[in-house]
Amino acid sequence: MDFTLDSEQIALRDAVRGLLGKAYDSSETRRQVTKTDPGWDEKTWQRLAEMGALGLPFAEEDGGFGAGPVEVSIVAEEIGRVIAPEPYVEAVVLAGGLVAAAGTAEQRAEIIGALAEGTLVPAFAHTEPAARYSEKPTVTAAASGDGWTLTGVKEPVLGGARADLLIVSAAVEGGTGLFLVKPDADGLTRTSYATFDGGRAAHIAFASTPATPLGEPGADQSAAIASVIAAAQIAYGHEALGAMATALETTTAYLKTRKQFGVPLMTFQALTFRAADMYVSLELARSTVTWATLVLLDGAAAEDVIEAASRAKLQVSKAGRHIGQEAIQLHGGIGMTAEYSVGHYTSRLTAIDHLLGDGRHHLSALSTSLDDHGVVEPLP
Amino acid sequence: MKLQLSEEDAAFREEMRTFFTTQIPQDIRDTVTARRELSKDQIVRSMQAMNAAGIAVPNWPVEWGGKDWTPLQRHIWHEEMQLAGVMPPLAFNASMVGPVIAAFGSQELKERFLPKTANLDIWWSQGFSEPDAGSDLASLRTTAVREGDEYVVNGQKTWTTLGQYGDWIFTLVRTDPTVKKQAGISFLLIDMTSPGLTVRPIELIDGGHEVNEVFFDNVRVPVENLVGEENKGWDYAKFLLGNERVGVAPVGSTKRTLAQAKEYAKTAGAGGTSLLDDPLLAAQIAELENDLLALELTALRVVANSADGKPHPASSVLKLQGTVLQQAVTELWVDIAGPNALATGAGEGSDVPELARTATPNYLNYRKASIYGGSNEVQRQIIAGTILGLRG
Ligand SMILES: Cc1cc2nc3c(=O)[nH]c(=O)nc-3n(C[C@H](O)[C@H](O)[C@H](O)COP(=O)(O)OP(=O)(O)OC[C@H]3O[C@@H](n4cnc5c(N)ncnc54)[C@H](O)[C@@H]3O)c2cc1C
Repeated sequence: MDFTLDSEQIALRDAVRGLLGKAYDSSETRRQVTKTDPGWDEKTWQRLAEMGALGLPFAEEDGGFGAGPVEVSIVAEEIGRVIAPEPYVEAVVLAGGLVAAAGTAEQRAEIIGALAEGTLVPAFAHTEPAARYSEKPTVTAAASGDGWTLTGVKEPVLGGARADLLIVSAAVEGGTGLFLVKPDADGLTRTSYATFDGGRAAHIAFASTPATPLGEPGADQSAAIASVIAAAQIAYGHEALGAMATALETTTAYLKTRKQFGVPLMTFQALTFRAADMYVSLELARSTVTWATLVLLDGAAAEDVIEAASRAKLQVSKAGRHIGQEAIQLHGGIGMTAEYSVGHYTSRLTAIDHLLGDGRHHLSALSTSLDDHGVVEPLP
Repeated sequence: MKLQLSEEDAAFREEMRTFFTTQIPQDIRDTVTARRELSKDQIVRSMQAMNAAGIAVPNWPVEWGGKDWTPLQRHIWHEEMQLAGVMPPLAFNASMVGPVIAAFGSQELKERFLPKTANLDIWWSQGFSEPDAGSDLASLRTTAVREGDEYVVNGQKTWTTLGQYGDWIFTLVRTDPTVKKQAGISFLLIDMTSPGLTVRPIELIDGGHEVNEVFFDNVRVPVENLVGEENKGWDYAKFLLGNERVGVAPVGSTKRTLAQAKEYAKTAGAGGTSLLDDPLLAAQIAELENDLLALELTALRVVANSADGKPHPASSVLKLQGTVLQQAVTELWVDIAGPNALATGAGEGSDVPELARTATPNYLNYRKASIYGGSNEVQRQIIAGTILGLRG
């Protein structure tokens, strides 16, 4: 058992931290970037590619670097520390993960290579307005001649308008299939808009839109989707850890410097104890999320990874709300402003909470399986 | 002890309910229930409709348009308007500056300002807070130096809510820097079109513009705009901040928003199923309903017992728990919206319902409620120090 990073992993962390710390040296820089489409910085994305960060989780024969979930978690956490708007979890872990899990050898080589090089940014079009967090899409896929077409609406699709390639979940006979759709496909409309955390999402409509099956045509890919979503939930957990750590650091620093009644706020024990509680939340979340990553690394059975991801997401939901809300409150009015950073951290934590299942969703899932175990045993 | 309203109060409630559900323009109530932002024009029309009916400023002295209502009747008035989706009269006018002018202003100031204030012909802004004077308001630094018949005002105010609409701003200014900080403050009314006064917008994290900074660069203010006596401003400010027993906890609007969330949840599950079938969500809503009941009953106890005109010490409970529940319901809305909550910027053509799109901006925006008007930490301090006698 070892929860620490090795020297190569520390080197990766320092490199990514250096790069992102420079790219997002202030919340004002981030604000400038999120103001203009696509809501993130193509140059920073290129640099992440050059550093190898975009190909980390993928096999070398597919064009990746053969690293694993720990390396992904390191990048995700650094993304969170500066709340970099680049779509790391969305493009690499989710969309890329699906291609790796379900794609043919040819599709994998073609898409993952380009993703790792930063020349192709894919997005996973999965969420539907009436589907909530359900895995069962209403967008339908039909075989027509030797091809396939999709019909229906996906929304909100993160990064959906900027994406060079859409990976779309759609109902097929006997389950959920995955399809590749090119942005210029017939019968495809994409409408982009801003999300509250500075990102972009899209309304995407398919009207008999030509699509290529990802992997075996017509196959049910539910299991692959569930596993990849679990990996993305864990990665989001790390992104949230980074964000929570910064929110706490910023708040601590503020309590030391902000003066009211002639003394720094840290003179008021009521406030310092609240910061201490934020730290408690962060550490508990850190343990749970790191554990989930190790479960994934161990190659545990899919249902164990899915459960670990749920536990991590639940802890992150609680911690994110607690830390995000307290960060604003302890700052007072300044915490509410768009010119100051903590509010943006709270916004991003709120977004992460509601992506791929919020705390209550995961708590519901966990509460249906109480009978499966006497105690919860973290070690295999 | 008795639970029922007297016949008179029950009739009063009916009268209020009828008025608010039939006499306030529908577009205004629709905007409130859609949880959208009201325009200036809507706020003005809403308050003017109430003023025309003589019920915009019931807390003022009768000769200036007030009503001799009991605290319970004022409570009923306030609850009914919120339940009907009506915005309460602009607080800066109706519950802040109006009562101060009525209590401490000269006859000339009263005649000049009170009727226009009640009718929102003048839109007031509140200029108390400064960058370095928030919770510690008495440390404010904006100065007013008397030169003949005028004060010359220099300094900066901040967090001025809706200052972009403001015609006049009531301020606390330092008129004597040599005495203890509370003793050298005056209450001054300033025309926001005065030369040297500028308003700069502040963007909040929900993307909205509701607060501003206000800068004073040698702004000349006639001496007759001073309320009461020079250097007594702190007393008037305490009166202003402390005299509002009714409505500090927005129970009515929180109840309405929770009921609305419950209704929305009925079809917000996957494939249009009811989220209320999820026992966790159902339990969460039931708990919120019970917490709101406890709060409302506390509010009723406070108004029932404050007939002697003194603030009930439990007012701080109302402010504290009122904002906690208001925030909890905005948070619940985001949970009910689920992944649709991301679609904040979507416009026409979106398949995501508007109530889901506004959920997160509302949630983020209402983080303010526990900060302004005496933060929740300040309320706890009042409870600990004044009520429980715990002064370290
Ligand atoms: C949206 C919004 C609208 C506003 N509108 C107006 C307006 O129209 N006019 C106006 O004049 N002002 C307005 N305010 C200002 C508001 O009243 C102040 O923000 C408030 O008084 C807190 O001051 P501050 O922001 O400087 O925080 P600080 O006083 O710096 O407080 C920071 C944190 O420390 C806590 N704290 C401070 N002192 C103590 C203590 N002694 N013990 C324990 N905890 C403490 C606070 O509760 C808070 O959590 C508004 C504020 C907001 C956010």
